[in-house]
Amino acid sequence: MTAAVVLFPGSNRDRDMIAALNKIGGKPPLRIWHTDRDIPDADLYVVPGGFSYGDYLRSGAIAARSPVMDALREKAAQGRRILGVCNGFQILTEAGLLPGALMRNAGLHFVCKEVLLEVTNASTVFTSRYDKGQILRCPVAHHDGNYFADAETLKALEGNGQVAFRYAKGTNPNGSINDIAGIVNDAGNVLGMMPHPENLIEPAHGGTDGRALFEAAMGVLEGEPA
Amino acid sequence: MIKARVTVTLKNGVLDPQGKAIENGLGALGFDGVNQVRQGKVFDVELDGNDKAKAESDLKAMCEKLLANTVIEDYHVSLI
Repeated sequence: MTAAVVLFPGSNRDRDMIAALNKIGGKPPLRIWHTDRDIPDADLYVVPGGFSYGDYLRSGAIAARSPVMDALREKAAQGRRILGVCNGFQILTEAGLLPGALMRNAGLHFVCKEVLLEVTNASTVFTSRYDKGQILRCPVAHHDGNYFADAETLKALEGNGQVAFRYAKGTNPNGSINDIAGIVNDAGNVLGMMPHPENLIEPAHGGTDGRALFEAAMGVLEGEPA
Repeated sequence: MIKARVTVTLKNGVLDPQGKAIENGLGALGFDGVNQVRQGKVFDVELDGNDKAKAESDLKAMCEKLLANTVIEDYHVSLI
């Protein structure tokens, strides 16, 4: 299993992501620069969090139009797994790899805290090591995490089981429609989520609830590097 | 040279927390009767050439591809 992390000017959670992939996958992930048009083959591509291009125009908007995204779109079409976390989720929606949009938090504040996530669909390639309905602890840190999709899109997302994670009842930190915290694309190989599972993968983090997501996505045995 | 102004606004039905905060701010300043504020963006764009039809179609493409996120936003192009 080869993992790769896509880097943009202004990515700042890339190091956490690289550390997590290294720790769980047993080898350092490849690093891909935003100007790359030919990208190496990998089983899992990760778009990490941060403030790509300073969030100018809209969060993720400029990054979503950078050269690497066409290559990533091709990999997605080939069925490679793609994970976007936080700014990565915003980039994937702006790029059209995931439906909907992420808007300013309803409370207008930047939220930086731990939230509770409910695993809504445990049969995706990213969530298969969780149980449906399982409640996970997971940190969030964002200003634009308020997921929005029009009624028709929302109906399709819910009907197809594309909602992977919801904020647990009563804990929605940003006003996301239907408490949506993470969604997969129609084919199920692209996941975008606002919370940061890479920041809860070892006891030193205070918990390991995020670990099973990477173990599932990378096909790694529980608790062991590949 | 052609000058254009592009305005991008949130679609009807899309919640606008920033507009709401501005609306409340105006109320706090004593401006009564402000029913609603919706926040948007303005882009002033200068283009080479004098072909207005081409400019309009180029600007529309710019809106579709970058300036607006048509999932949540509408845009309006006017040449000035």
